[in-house]
Amino acid sequence: MSERAQRLLQIADDELVLGWRDSEWTGIAPFLEEDVAFSSIAQNEIGHARALYELAARDLDMTADELAFDRPPEEYRCAPFVELRLMDWADTIARRVLYEAADAIRLEVLKSDPDPELAGLAAKMDREEVYHRLHAQMWADRLRNEPRFRTSVNALWGQALGVLDAELAAVLAERAPEQLGWTPATAAPAARNGHSEGFRELWDEMTMVRRSIPGASW
Amino acid sequence: MIYEVFRQERKGQAFQHAGSITAPNDAFAEAYAREQYGRRQESEALWLVPRTALREVSDFPDELQKSYHRVDGYSLKAKLKEARERAGTAAPADR
Amino acid sequence: MTAREVEFKEYVQGGGQVETGDWMPDEYRARLVKFIEMHGNSELMGVLPEREWILRAPTLQRKLALTAKVQDEVGHAQLIYRVVEDLGKPREQCLDDLISGTSKFHNVFHYPTKTWGDVGVIAWLVDAAAIISQKALLKCSYAPYARIMKKICWEESFHILHGRDVVLTLVNGTDEQRGLVQEAIDRWWAPLMQFHGNPIAADADPMVEWRIKSQANEEARQQFLDGYVPQIWELGLSVPDPALQKDEETEVWHYSEPDWEELKHVVTGHGPKSQERLDFRRRFRDQEAWVRQAVLADAA
Repeated sequence: MSERAQRLLQIADDELVLGWRDSEWTGIAPFLEEDVAFSSIAQNEIGHARALYELAARDLDMTADELAFDRPPEEYRCAPFVELRLMDWADTIARRVLYEAADAIRLEVLKSDPDPELAGLAAKMDREEVYHRLHAQMWADRLRNEPRFRTSVNALWGQALGVLDAELAAVLAERAPEQLGWTPATAAPAARNGHSEGFRELWDEMTMVRRSIPGASW
Repeated sequence: MIYEVFRQERKGQAFQHAGSITAPNDAFAEAYAREQYGRRQESEALWLVPRTALREVSDFPDELQKSYHRVDGYSLKAKLKEARERAGTAAPADR
Repeated sequence: MTAREVEFKEYVQGGGQVETGDWMPDEYRARLVKFIEMHGNSELMGVLPEREWILRAPTLQRKLALTAKVQDEVGHAQLIYRVVEDLGKPREQCLDDLISGTSKFHNVFHYPTKTWGDVGVIAWLVDAAAIISQKALLKCSYAPYARIMKKICWEESFHILHGRDVVLTLVNGTDEQRGLVQEAIDRWWAPLMQFHGNPIAADADPMVEWRIKSQANEEARQQFLDGYVPQIWELGLSVPDPALQKDEETEVWHYSEPDWEELKHVVTGHGPKSQERLDFRRRFRDQEAWVRQAVLADAA
């Protein structure tokens, strides 16, 4: 598999799985206006995954859907951070805030990639991400002094650092406190290999309809 | 806080009241209005106003004949007929 | 009725529009709140059967479309509860009453979804039944509600297309996939026939008298049958009612009498999924009360 395809799949899998997790909140977010806004973010994440898969699909002579759904669980390259099932709002919004901060750093690098297709796609995604960041910031500001939020951020900080490679994680370690207005408790960056416990269950549910009639059009 | 949302559908058109949303402050209000009234790119622009800033005026007295400044206050047909007759320029139907 | 109430009734019957701050008879306001609240409840509860399938959607396109559809429904609930709130009943109270079973939501949202076939059939047929009622509400005498109905109808237009697309793809697929659609229609037909309510003559319906509704229940049902039975039949699918047929002379659809007792039983909270879904809502609502406190409790 080409190096480009590998890089694309890593980000695409992050976006797909996070979008999948975030879409679990559709209909049950704390209040209606937030529910609508949060759902748009989840859709954008999945939309970004789709665009990334489409690019990788050309390199791999497959379709985006095949990449998104037809690989066995061990072939997905998402960070354990995005796989976590977080059905508590403090945890979910903490992940949103931290992921957006990490993703912004990653996209910055991608926007100046020598590969024009990659750079172009990164620029497009970044223009949508502006609004994700505004959303993350408004929540981080509002919950700055909320103990539940701080606890969640601290608990997830190591995992968030683990989304990026060491060099970029250092940038995140610098930037996140500025955005949060406070510094998370020190944590070791989580390793990016392997999958969390809940991933198999996620994969089962995500692929159950598709697997029920292999090769069918839906 | 309730924010009223005004929406411009296309450039050049007037902003029209579109609805209202609940939000704690301007940052939240912008995010929520953008999604509720623009996620399908259906709006050119939005104006957001806290409901408390709006003032309604809905009583307009009309007690003493004010047709002098309305079109319905002017009936010129008879005078025009008379003037045309004087000038000998009356249209055939008038004679 | 007082003279003022009589005058108001004549006003709305003549096409007059009512705004939030206008004087309105207590009965009008009470009926309005109950009706609009039930609509909001239905949008909110309608999310739950469909939500599970977002996670299971078999292509990226379907995942996006279904998320967007469900998002629209949440958005509609927001629009609708804002209207109710401006009529005097706060959103939190509406949600309290929904969860406690004091207020109701439409029958169709009390039933389970079992397969991807349901996803197509719900978006195609259940939404169609709802849109017929919603289009009639564009003429509601209460203007703030009529205005949001415009946005709601506009957004619903893609829901039916999405539903039809899902169904057509299945119907053109394997025998097993066709089977999913037929089986879903077989299960959803009875609730669909009950959806518009039992036939009350327009002139005996107080909701029509006050011009809150402008369409009698049977008229809505006939419109649904006229529009959608041919669409079902042209795909080679069947409707599980041997008595269903259109009288070509009178242009009226005849059908087996729906079970009105079942409808009553279901909307009073005894449907197969009623309590489970309300419990689910209650759980999350309670869990997230702190968020509303932290974010929405007015500083001013």
